[in-house]
Formats: sequence, C-alpha cells, structure tokens
Amino acid sequence: MSSSTATQTYVPKTRVGKVTDYVDSRVGGSGIVKEFGRKIFPDHWTFMFGEVALYTFVILLISGTFLTFFYDPSMAETHYEGSYLPLRGVEMSVAYASSLDISFDIRGGLFMRQIHHWAALLFAASVAVHMLRVFFTGAFRRPREFNWVVGCVLLILSLAAGFTGYSLPDDLLSGNGLRIIDGVMKAIPVVGTYLSFFLFGGEFPGTMIIGRLYVLHILLIPAVILLLIGIHLFMVVLHKHTQFAGPGRTNTNVVGYPVGPVYAAKAGGFFFIVFGVLAAIAAAFTINPIWNYGPYDPSPVSAGTQPDWYIGWVDGALRLMPGTIGSNFDFEFMIPFPWGVNALSLNVLIPALVPATIVFALMFAWPWIEAWVTKDRREHHLLNRPRNAPTRTAIGVAGIVFYCVLWAAASSDLIATHFLVSLNDVTYWLRFLVIFGPILAFMATRRIALALQRKDREIALHGRETGRIVRLPHGEFIEVHEPVDDYKRYTLVSFDSPEVTVPKADADGKIGLLDKVHGRVSRFFFEDRVAPVTPKELSASHGDHHDEIAGAKDRESIASH
Amino acid sequence: MADSSHGAPGTSVTVATPDRELDEFENPGLPPHRPRLADRDRRAEKRAERQVALLFFISVLGTLLFFVGYFAIPLNETVERLRLQNLMLGLGTAFAMLGIGVGIVHWAKTLMPDHEVTESRHEIRPERDRQDAEKIVNDILDESGIKRRPLIRNTLLGAAILAPLPAIAIFRDLGPLPGNTLKQTMWDTGVRLTRDPSGTPIRASDVTVGSAFHVIPEGLNEVENKLEEKAKAVVLLMRLDPEELNPSPGRENWGYDGIVAYSKICTHVGCPVALYEQQTHHLLCPCHQSTFDLEQECKVIFGPAARPLPQLPIEVDDEGYLVASSDFQEPVGPSFWERG
Repeated sequence: MSSSTATQTYVPKTRVGKVTDYVDSRVGGSGIVKEFGRKIFPDHWTFMFGEVALYTFVILLISGTFLTFFYDPSMAETHYEGSYLPLRGVEMSVAYASSLDISFDIRGGLFMRQIHHWAALLFAASVAVHMLRVFFTGAFRRPREFNWVVGCVLLILSLAAGFTGYSLPDDLLSGNGLRIIDGVMKAIPVVGTYLSFFLFGGEFPGTMIIGRLYVLHILLIPAVILLLIGIHLFMVVLHKHTQFAGPGRTNTNVVGYPVGPVYAAKAGGFFFIVFGVLAAIAAAFTINPIWNYGPYDPSPVSAGTQPDWYIGWVDGALRLMPGTIGSNFDFEFMIPFPWGVNALSLNVLIPALVPATIVFALMFAWPWIEAWVTKDRREHHLLNRPRNAPTRTAIGVAGIVFYCVLWAAASSDLIATHFLVSLNDVTYWLRFLVIFGPILAFMATRRIALALQRKDREIALHGRETGRIVRLPHGEFIEVHEPVDDYKRYTLVSFDSPEVTVPKADADGKIGLLDKVHGRVSRFFFEDRVAPVTPKELSASHGDHHDEIAGAKDRESIASH
Repeated sequence: MADSSHGAPGTSVTVATPDRELDEFENPGLPPHRPRLADRDRRAEKRAERQVALLFFISVLGTLLFFVGYFAIPLNETVERLRLQNLMLGLGTAFAMLGIGVGIVHWAKTLMPDHEVTESRHEIRPERDRQDAEKIVNDILDESGIKRRPLIRNTLLGAAILAPLPAIAIFRDLGPLPGNTLKQTMWDTGVRLTRDPSGTPIRASDVTVGSAFHVIPEGLNEVENKLEEKAKAVVLLMRLDPEELNPSPGRENWGYDGIVAYSKICTHVGCPVALYEQQTHHLLCPCHQSTFDLEQECKVIFGPAARPLPQLPIEVDDEGYLVASSDFQEPVGPSFWERG
C-alpha cells in the first residue's frame, strides 16, 4: 500500500507520539482523536440526568454480572439449608434459596444485591427525569425527533428490565406481583388466557416463569438497551448537544468545554460520584429484605406492600378503578356469542391499559404533534426555558400530576394508615384528582409560566428593583431600578414566541376542516403569549428616569471592580 | 432550496428583513472570562492541588475500609453482623468512589482551563451528498429491476410476509392450552377442609363464631403441582351468627350452621383476600382494596373487583369434619375471556 511509505517516513519525537504512532499505524485512530479530542460539549446542570442514567446502567451491568455468578433461576423445590435460621428447613424454590445465599453466605453479596436494586430504581428515575428535561426544554424538536423516540423506547425497556429483575428472587412479594401480571393478562380479550399459559408455561405460577424472566432480564433486555444507548449517543454526537440560549450562543454554534481535558474529567469523575452515592445508599438503607417475606405461596400476603416505584402508577390505576357502580352495575360484561358467553373485564383492562397507552402514545408522538401545531420546520439547537413555552410546559406538568396521582394511589392504604383517614375516602379523593388534578395543574402552570415571562420582561425593560427609595428634587419618591447588563438582558429576551396561526381560506373561499382544527389548536396554544422585549421597547422605556441614576451608579461600581 | 432556508445550520439564520432586525437584540457575544481564585493566586492554586490530593487519599482509605469489612468481620448467623459488614463494604466503596469522583471534578473545576470554547455546527446533510445518495439509491433500485418486474416484487413480498410466521409458531410450545383447567379445582364432593399450611382437618365444632380459618383441600401438600392447585383452591372459612347470613335461593344449604367458605383468590387480579374484618364481616384484599361483604354472599362493596368471591358449598361428614359438597360452582380467581 502506498500509505505505508508515509508511516515509515514519520518519526515520532515525543513519548506520546511513539505510543500513538504504534497504535495509529496498526488500527488508525488519529482521525478519531482529531474529531473527538477537543469536541465541544455545552455545560448545564440539567444535562447531567442522562449521564446519571448511563452510569447507573454501567453499575447495573457490573453488579448484575456479579449476581449471576451465584444466582440459580430454577423453580425446583428445595429445603433451605443456609445460615439464616428462621427459614432453615423451609420448602422453597432454588431461585429463592440462592437469593438467600447471596444475601447471607456470599460476602458482599447483600451489598451487591442492594446496590443493584437501588441502581435499578435510580436508572428508571434518571431516564424519566432526563426525558422530562428534554421535554420541557424542547430538545426533542427537529432534528432530534428520532432520538426522542429512541429515548422513549429506552424508558419502556428500563421499566421492563426493572420488573423482570424484581421477580427473580421468587419471594412472596414479587410472586404476588407476578400474580397481578397474570390477572391483568387474563383480562385481555380473546388471547389473554393463552398469553398467560404461554408466559407461565401452563397454570400460574408453574415452574417456568423465573427462568424465562431471567433470560429476558440478563440477556435480551440489556442487549437491546445497550444497542439503543449506542444509537442514542451516536445521534447525540451527530447532532451535537443542544444548549440554552444566551450571550455568545446561537443556533449555529456550540459553546462549552472541550472533551479533553475538562469535559472528560467532569463526566468521568461524575461516574465515580454516582457510583459512590449508590454505594452509600446501599450501605445504609435496606432494600427488598427478601428474608422477611418468605418463599412464594399463593395463600399468604402481607398488607401495605408496594411495588417498585416505576410500576406504582399502573398498580395505582388498578386500585382507583371502581369495579362496580351502585349495587346493580359492574364493569365485567358477559357478552353472548353464538358459541357461548365470553367475559370482558373492563374493570381490569381500562386501568391497566388506558393510562399507559395515553401517556406513551402522547410521549412518542409529541415531537410531531408540536411541529404540526407550530408549523415550525426549522432546526432547533437552542433550548427553551420552560417558561417560554407556557402551553407545552403546562401540558407536561399536567402529565406529571396525572402520573403522580396514580402513583400516590399505589400507596392509598399506607396514606390511610399513616394519616389516620378512611381508606375509602383516600380512594374517592384520588379518583377525583386523577381527572381534575391535571386540568388544574395545566391552568396553574400556564399562568405561572406567563407570569414568569412578564417578570422577565419587566427585568429586561426596567432592571432589578433595588429597594432603595430616592426623593427627587421636586419631591417625587421613586424606587431605584438597577438595569441588567447586556449579557443578562440578552438571556432574557432571546426566545421565540410563536403567534396564533389563523386558518386561511383556499381559492374557493372555504376553510378545510383540518385547517379549522389547526386554527383552534393554535389558538389554544398561543393565544396567551408574552412577546420578548424588543430594542425599540427598551429605548422607549429609557424615558423613565428611574434607571438612569442607578445606571450611573452601576457603571461606577463595575469600574471600581 | 426551500428546505435549507429553514434555519439549517451552515446557512444563514437571519431570516431578516431590515425592519425585523430592529425588533431583535443583537447577540452581545460571550461574556468576558472571569478568572478563578486559583488562576490569580498561587496560594489558592496550591491549596486546590492539596485538596484534590486529599480527596484521592480519602479514596484510598475507603478501599482499605472495604477490605477491613470483608476480611475482619466474619459472618455468623445474625442479621446484625451481616448489616455491619454490609455497612462497611458499602461505606468503603462509597468513599473509594466519591474520593476519586469528587477529586477529579474538583481538579477540573479549579485547575483545568475554564475558558468556554465556541465551535460551529455543521450541516447534518450537505446538499451535494443528499443528491448523490438519492441518485445512488435510485440507481440501485433501477439496476435491481424491482420496479420493472412486479412478478418478482410481489412474490418476494408474499414470501417475506410468510417466512417469519414459523418464528412465531415455534413458540407455541411455551405452554399447554388452557383447556378446562381454570374451571376446576381440587375441591370435590367429600374433600375435607384442612388448615393451611399444616393440612390438618377441621371439625365444625372447632369453628367458633367470629373465627376465621385459612383452608386448603385435604391432600394438597402431597400433589405434584402443589402451587398451581393451591393458587386456585385456597379458601377462607368463617363462622357468623346464622341470622346475619342472607343466602339467596338455592344456596341455603351451602353453609353449615353459620359456617361459610369462600374462595380466597380475589376476583380482580388474583391476590389472596387475606384480611377479615370480624366486626363488619368484610373481607379486604390488601393488594387493591377490593372489599367483599360476607353478609351479602361476598358481594363487592368497594374497590376494583367486579364479581363476588365464589362460595364453596360445604357440609359435615359422619365424623364431624367439614367437607366440600362439590367443587366451586363457577371459576375462581381473576376473570378470563372464556369464563362465560
């Protein structure tokens, strides 16, 4: 090859040069270093959530691999012979016995179990919070729609990974969780019973389910998650990271720190911080003490048990749905068919499917919904402050409230016992809130966002209130305002404020139905808006003498620094 | 191109007509860099250096703590010892990791350059590449002839739709078909009611008014598929004042002198209905709070369940033990499509 002569003529002079030349002449790599060594990453504290998700996943892989060396996913019957006395001699599955052995007879095993479980909770949480950040700042907009979808799939997979892992110890608590899954599955029309029999390998609980969940949990789901993380990060590099608007930042540049050394050090160091925090939690707080629950048995159950937090909202929905209304109506319908009567359990199907379907469908489709509303096809690399997109922010908060009410419902019994109120009343209140809470939250949030925008306008125009009252020579009292500097002002005024698009009539003078709908939705979104301050307005406001005094002062104080 | 004026990077974003420019503030550019203490003061710089080193040293101590916990604390049979070891392993790891992490971040924030750098974004899709790519794809399609030969295209389509079906069908043996299994339990005429989990039979006289028993069918502990049978057959046995029971026509003799037996498996999604409220005669499922009223044949009075708990007809045999008069008259547990 002709290039080989080139490598031979190059003689590295530094030690680094020698090492890199050795590698580079064999596998290449100079190009990668050139591309990434000094790549710029914008910095903002909200960008950390995605990092937390990535790092907890790495910690899950490390701790999970350790656990697989000792865990045995068999549902064969055995009698426990390990060191935990209260359960000695008790009949249980091999899976549960090996989970107990990891806890009591493998040094560090309990620590690994606890860090694995805590990391799983944090993984799902950080993915969720990261997505909220992306949503509220508008980072899903063109060109990042696909990456948003990849993120949505990752969220679902993180829940799947969590739930399949939760069931593996085969203890009483997780067994009841599987029992609920079985009950929900059987409610699915036509195929439900078959799905349940195929998943459990026959009747619940069977002897297959743990092994099957194990394969999903340690092979299939993490493999897909890894693949999608790869795609996700590839797209982050391709698009370059978004940044908040501000002085020096535009839609066509990236401002931040280079990967080497600052960003790499901060991000790398942050991995150890996440690991350290998880280790501290795992050291101090017991999670899932399976030895207290005992082996799975379909008869006993303990009151006041909770699923892991990310499943809570579905469990809460199951609790809130009334099965009967009055004494004569119930939600289980017996439908007569020519071949017989079939049962449709809407009291299970509605809560199990409807909230999750609404939330996930809206989530997946949101980038396109919003693009349709705004008719905005530009590329966006500058993030919105949530207040500058009042309707989107309000919809997001309504979604959070909806989710949180369902989540609270999963603890309705604990709320009742802790606050000494009637369980039935708690349920009635939560039923009310799950419908009206999001509506109230929407209205309140939009008002708050608009009010914050007005406050921003006020500051950009008149500056900050200093609290100093000054008497002018002719007797008037004024409060001195301190004007903001150009940089701060630019941060306050540089945002888009879309306006209502009025539907236009076509050549025949008619307005199509879709255009009408669009006009209405557009009005709903943008009727109430606060426009950014313009230079004209600012110079007009300088007629006020308030800030001139302060302006002079301010200039002095800057000069004296 | 209409497309590239949509603010794609690389092309100008100032979609500005002259009077629009007056409406927007000019970007003032990056604010001036403010040096940190360590940039200006050599003593501060040295101090930061020492702090970073101290943090790394704390990490070393954390690792040592881990080893002390691992080797110096032998596990015995108490949970307290286990907790102590777990605490030391965890705190050791926490210090080991946090020392490194906080140290590196502190190093980056105080001593590494903190000048913000600007880099321009590139177009994701240069116009020329897109045209080339479009041409290549079209050429490939042309050369393959897939558009010109519908016979090939359609047969391939049909084959491609059918080919994955075996991959679905092969999962058929994941489990047996339900058949009649969900409609039958171990209960049958003359099967004795026994205590859960010991399996000892229960005399009618053992059941005093106000008491409740968790019940399994006799012989359950010996059967092969014990958990599956138990998941359908568990029963709650209670005795009330016969006056308080209001049996519907045809069910008058399903109980015995105020003793009644109901399936313990919730008709909602199958949790055990394990809580018996003695005063109100309510049964409560701890999973989703479905509440059933014993005085109304376990009708649902609150919560997400839609159906009453199935009742097990019982009687007393010659020796005075409680036995089932038959299996349940309807399927127990959560509803399923074929329940009918």
